[in-house]
Amino acid sequence: MSMNTQGRPTSPESVSMSSIETVSGSRGLLQHEDLLFEIGTPETTGVDLPAPKGTKNRLGGVTRKVPTGLPGLSEPQAVRHYMRLSQKNYAIDLGLFPLGSCTMKHNPRLNEKMARLPGFGDIHPLQPQATVQGALELIDELATWLKTLTNMPAVAMSPKAGAHGEFCGMMAIRQALIARGEVETRKRVLVPESAHGTNPATAVQCGFIVDEIKANKRGRVDMADLKAKLEKSDDIAGIMLTNPNTCGLFETDIKEIADLIHAAGGYFYCDGANFNAIVGRVRPGDLGVDAMHINLHKTFSTPHGGGGPGSGPTVLSEALAPYAPVPFVVKDADGMYRLVEDIEGVASESFGRMVAFHGQMGMFVRALTYILSHGADGLKQASEDAVLNANYIQARLKKVMTAPFEGYCMHEALFSDAFTAEGIETIDIAKALIDEGYHPMTMYFPLVVHGAMLIEPTESESKAELDRFCDALESIARRAAQGDEALKGAPYLAPMRRLDETKAARKPVLKWAEPEEAPPVAAE
Amino acid sequence: MRYLPLTADDRAEMLNTIGAKSVDDFYADVPESARLRGTVEGLPDHQGELAVERHMSKLAAKNRAASSGPFFVGAGAYKHHVPATVDMIIQRSEFLTTYTPYQPEIAQGTLQTLFEFQTQVAALTAMDVANASMYDGSTACAEAAVMATRATRRKKVILSGGLHPHYAAATKLLCEAQGIEVVQLEHAIDGELALADAVDDQTACVIGQSPNTFGTVSDLSPVAEAAHGKGALLVSVFTEAVSLGLVTPPGEMGADIAVGEGQSIGNGLNFGGPYVGLFACTQKLVRQMPGRLCGETTDAEGKRGFVLTLSTREQHIRRDKATSNICTNSGLCALAFTAHMTLLGGKGLEQMAVLNHEAACDLADALAAVPGVEILTPRFFNEFAFRTPMNAEAVLAMLDEAGIVGGVRASRLFPGDHMGDVILCAATECTTPEDIAAYAAALKEII
Repeated sequence: MSMNTQGRPTSPESVSMSSIETVSGSRGLLQHEDLLFEIGTPETTGVDLPAPKGTKNRLGGVTRKVPTGLPGLSEPQAVRHYMRLSQKNYAIDLGLFPLGSCTMKHNPRLNEKMARLPGFGDIHPLQPQATVQGALELIDELATWLKTLTNMPAVAMSPKAGAHGEFCGMMAIRQALIARGEVETRKRVLVPESAHGTNPATAVQCGFIVDEIKANKRGRVDMADLKAKLEKSDDIAGIMLTNPNTCGLFETDIKEIADLIHAAGGYFYCDGANFNAIVGRVRPGDLGVDAMHINLHKTFSTPHGGGGPGSGPTVLSEALAPYAPVPFVVKDADGMYRLVEDIEGVASESFGRMVAFHGQMGMFVRALTYILSHGADGLKQASEDAVLNANYIQARLKKVMTAPFEGYCMHEALFSDAFTAEGIETIDIAKALIDEGYHPMTMYFPLVVHGAMLIEPTESESKAELDRFCDALESIARRAAQGDEALKGAPYLAPMRRLDETKAARKPVLKWAEPEEAPPVAAE
Repeated sequence: MRYLPLTADDRAEMLNTIGAKSVDDFYADVPESARLRGTVEGLPDHQGELAVERHMSKLAAKNRAASSGPFFVGAGAYKHHVPATVDMIIQRSEFLTTYTPYQPEIAQGTLQTLFEFQTQVAALTAMDVANASMYDGSTACAEAAVMATRATRRKKVILSGGLHPHYAAATKLLCEAQGIEVVQLEHAIDGELALADAVDDQTACVIGQSPNTFGTVSDLSPVAEAAHGKGALLVSVFTEAVSLGLVTPPGEMGADIAVGEGQSIGNGLNFGGPYVGLFACTQKLVRQMPGRLCGETTDAEGKRGFVLTLSTREQHIRRDKATSNICTNSGLCALAFTAHMTLLGGKGLEQMAVLNHEAACDLADALAAVPGVEILTPRFFNEFAFRTPMNAEAVLAMLDEAGIVGGVRASRLFPGDHMGDVILCAATECTTPEDIAAYAAALKEII
């Protein structure tokens, strides 16, 4: 053993690390952390507030009877609580996050800084409009970029997320049908079976009936099936189609699809979740689209935040623009920006209001900051790099994994589980990726491919990072093909082993409760 | 381009590996007529941080920040102090730059905070269970209405006269698309209890708000009783979450569903978004709920952990039969909420609520002392309505010239209700005695 002059050992000795249990529950840097309710008390606080004066209350007796009993933490306790929990999360800032259809790209910190300028973060949605001219101008500037990039004449800025944007677009279609006097007869919305679940859910939410269309062998809309569905056309409200689609492919026949839908008297809703593949290369307005939401949290890098907030501005064609929801920003002749909030005047045909106030301003600031940083040239380059990265992954992995469709992909590479040995599933491959230090790809979606694995690297990855990822996944894929049973137990190296989702759903525990006292044990 | 790691050499090498000549090959499926040559016309090229920062700062400087002077606007969004720690926590990369916890083994940070959030929201509203958040209060209200129609198999929803008009509009929109009848009761400052008379045996739910848009607090217990007597549900709405520290919460009034805006706790004004919708209900209704739910379970070694659960309600499983189309919700704003709530603790929230109420009482006294001003709200928490002898818009414009943002004119929220002389105003723990004195003095000058 080597030692220094104080007799302290200076080089490690080899000791087996298998199943070392610790008293604290922590494992080195990975700290155990109990629930807030197990460590705090209702008296503890991390906020110093002045003492109340003792004014007699004017609540007329409408006062809370039972205190919340919620525990608090002092500031250092709270900081540690959340820091320790944060370390149990994977994040883009740690590494490649190839969740297909989610566009987990780098979130620039400049965007965060700009959103926190008091002139954006500390203004009230209902303060006089003369005091928020810069905010209205910003909304208008972002709207101009979105309209120009899509070649669409109008955009509704208020939708709160992608699915909310779908709701916006489908409500605009519904309103157009009302104006045509056909809302009661045109109920059928065509949706490919490969669509995001939000599409059929949205259509139904807007009072429509979903009619599924099949995919062909190339992963695109089956034109024969589409034409058959359109033979009876007087009940067609429209189509909801993702492009590039959920298989990561550009819909080759998209213009013909748009023409067929329009000829049938319907409208074309495009799910813009995959816009990141085509910004600066293709404008949806040139494809015959009538409405499309843009996920600012995907394409324009506003942070995903562990599940939101998102933002889903929805561009509208000439045919649907009159029905856009309130509020929207207009610029008056005197150069002043104004919010149109009521259904009258220029908004007299509006389908209504979707939400309180004016949309996700905080996300608008971040998205515009991102857009200005990239510019027209950078946005195009970003899309091309995203597509190049996905094709590189596809090219490297198709030797060991099964690519269900021939040809190049757009910004995401799709594989099926056909290459795996009996008993090894997509989920096992996904969980093994966790041990390699990566977030898994999207699993079991789209539904049209068995055991689907949808990999979206985005433009934020270097070639070296892609190579490391491909090396890891390639090795896992080989093990899966050989039927390596060890995959079934993965992950082994994550903060937790595989979690029991069935148990969680069988008897749901959705909040913390004081543990019941153990029944007294009778003395013998 | 500072955000793009690939070098020209990388790109060439990768194309070579793929066997493509250029990226144009990947876009071969794009119809010829829709292919763009060069960059999109009419848009500028990329810029450095400094240039972008200058541009954005210039826009920001054209807005008057709430903290830059006396500020009294409420009506659905509130100026509160958010501890510095909260913003530090939500800017942690591991929370900020992750997504919906689809892979629970590497998302326990998000999941445990959601479980804590759900527990806090359930306790604050005094309801059995809460979900992992909605977009905001207004969309939560709309979803609650639709959920009530599912639970009762009835097709009629009644809205109180004090419900925030934006909430009412969002609810009407979602309901009408699904053939649900919406009855809006006459706008009234103290009209929440009128719901009790309006409910009938066709009604799925009545929706009442306390404190309502005019600031009036009401005990909705008689409404709950009347609704339940007819087989209907009570949806209890709030836009000011801090009120829950002091005012009777939905669960103590017999509400079946409680929805509201959580912005007040942990989240800035942000010109209206992003905010965080709170959604809670009774145990009986849990499987009818929209949105994500986080639940407790164990891992393969028997250790406690958390996962998203009851997803058979949701769009990605149920598709056209889902309870809602919601997918992404308001995760980071929910984290801000739960972090602020954790720093406050139950006692801290109560104290903050008392301070809000006291500030509003002081404001009401100061304004009531101005000749011609009439306070209209009979019982209030931190906001109220008052009548001026002049047009409210003109009064607010003159206050603005004096550097005071005096509130919202009621006619902006209730156009056509002849409330041209009514102002809605709010005070919070951020309101100082000097702010109040300045407001009263300026108002006295004006009217």
